[in-house]
Amino acid sequence: MTKEQIEHVRNNPKYQKLVKGRSRFAWTLSIIMLVVYYAFILTIAFDPSALGTRMGDGVMTIGIPIGIAIIIIAFLLTGIYVRRANSEFDALSHQVKEELKDIA
Amino acid sequence: MKKLLFISLTLLLGAAAVASGTIEGEVQKQPLNVSAIIMFLLFVSGTLGITYWAAKRTKTAKDFYTAGGGITGFQNGMAIAGDYMSAASFLGISGLVYLKGYDGLIYSIGFLVGWPVILFLVSERLRNLGKYTFADVAAYRLKQTPIRTLAAFGSIATVILYLIAQMVGAGKLIQLLFGLPYELAVVLVGALMILYVTFGGMLATTWVQIIKAILLLSGATFMAIAVMAHFGFSLETMFAKAVEVHPNHQAIMAPGGLVSDPVSAISLGIALMFGTAGLPHILMRFFTVADAKEARKSVFFATGFIGYFYILTFIIGFGAIIMVLNNPQYLDVAKQAVSGGSPILGGNNMAAIHLSHAVGGNFFLGFISAVAFATILAVVSGLTLAGASAISHDLYANVFRRGSVDEMKEMKVSKIATVILGIVTIILGIAFEKQNIAFVVGLAFAIAASANFPVLFLSMFWSKLTTRGAVLGGSLGLAAAVMLVILGPIVWVQIFGYETAVFPYKYPALFSVTVAFLGIWFFSITDNSENAKNEREAFEAQDIRSQTGIGAEGASAH
Repeated sequence: MTKEQIEHVRNNPKYQKLVKGRSRFAWTLSIIMLVVYYAFILTIAFDPSALGTRMGDGVMTIGIPIGIAIIIIAFLLTGIYVRRANSEFDALSHQVKEELKDIA
Repeated sequence: MKKLLFISLTLLLGAAAVASGTIEGEVQKQPLNVSAIIMFLLFVSGTLGITYWAAKRTKTAKDFYTAGGGITGFQNGMAIAGDYMSAASFLGISGLVYLKGYDGLIYSIGFLVGWPVILFLVSERLRNLGKYTFADVAAYRLKQTPIRTLAAFGSIATVILYLIAQMVGAGKLIQLLFGLPYELAVVLVGALMILYVTFGGMLATTWVQIIKAILLLSGATFMAIAVMAHFGFSLETMFAKAVEVHPNHQAIMAPGGLVSDPVSAISLGIALMFGTAGLPHILMRFFTVADAKEARKSVFFATGFIGYFYILTFIIGFGAIIMVLNNPQYLDVAKQAVSGGSPILGGNNMAAIHLSHAVGGNFFLGFISAVAFATILAVVSGLTLAGASAISHDLYANVFRRGSVDEMKEMKVSKIATVILGIVTIILGIAFEKQNIAFVVGLAFAIAASANFPVLFLSMFWSKLTTRGAVLGGSLGLAAAVMLVILGPIVWVQIFGYETAVFPYKYPALFSVTVAFLGIWFFSITDNSENAKNEREAFEAQDIRSQTGIGAEGASAH
């Protein structure tokens, strides 16, 4: 890439929008995943009996649905990211590329 | 070359046939399982057929390393799942659930949560910047020689450790399931893996992994459904029965002793999360797809398959508590006489295997045994390819030949590296048979998390990173990971036999990853050289490419 091309992309508002939007979205989702996971694992470390609390009269404990829910959350978060990235972010990055071609 | 492939194929099938004959002679604990052998032979001949097909299509270095970049997101997601769901996670996690109940789930969750983070922060940048190995990305704007040497060293160390663990597990498993002698089992796995990788490259490896993922997921699904059907599809009924028969009773429904203190908990989490994002054979899979869009889809599908698989292993483990534990058919009478309790044949990791017999008879036992073997083959092939690429692409082509090398020559070196790596693995697999290898996978993850990941991550995210910072910090992380594992409870106490560990924690990642990041930070910001200035300036162009894919590697035309 030449200096002019870099300059062009850097000043393209669509590029700025792409970088800002995606980085905010990606970090937000990452932090959600980290908070969910570390809340789970620190609960186990500090108060292991908490997840052993029974639900109702049976043997089922709240730890089981919570554990399964974390697996499902992980999958859903990837789905949410891919959906937005493959439409909105890819469209923006495509436009940035096209506009770069125009000046070349 | 085709002729060679044909001869090796005949030899292998011959060896397997002879081996199946020897089983009859030395049946000890496991009955002769004809269906297992037939299904295994079907898998081997099928995958060798694919290797033959792939060999004809593997013409360039790009074909060899990345299957020409033409794998779809869905296929790659399957292949990633096939690469990641090792026999250790199938048999080990269901065995852990069988032994301790809930603790098995904690482990699975740790292995899964790294994936979304890889998607959000790593996968598309990696795809946009890299070509064949993750070192392409780490060395993008830094000095090739030192960065690639470090990355190759981290890759090869991770790959070899992981291979040892897989090989020893494979040898023992096959010995138990098929009655083959340990050494022959290891040689057979090594020989097949060399064949797949040298002839079929990434294309054959990918399809071996896809087929294995389909087999493993369908086998596990069948087992979980069979277990659930037994309890009228009621989880409560299943758990109630398991609590009744398990010696720990209600305790299996809650966390046990797997993670006891906060430091270990955080450290294990960091090792699994950052370690996954630093495994060379996993990172390499992102270069097999056409663009960032397909790279993202890969992780979405992979996370779905892996998460689904872990839910299945949880049900399978509980099913085994009910149907295998206390079942005289699977009881190891000899062991019980010595140690009491109700040990099962082959140890706890065989819980899923025995369950397959309990729910589906000899035929299904044969299927699951063959799947377990296929699983090992798929994982070791991916590892070997990643290790060979580090040797040929990073060390040979870019360090030794300074980047000016004929593509065909590079591919040849890669194939030679595969054969050597395969032989080394076979030797190590045999050497480690009777060793305690509990630390090996932990060490592989620790190195991946402390040396590979910090350098890769900061090269993509931190503009002030310099070669000096990356090399010194990455080396410190690597050294810290190795030192702390040696001084920790598993090696220092269990293997060396000392009274107490110098370093009290089983998982060093929290400390070694911190050392790596601090080291990289400190030696980068204090680097005032001309070179460092240029490297910082080059970040913007790299960042634009990583964000947009401008100038990224495309897929081959064919």
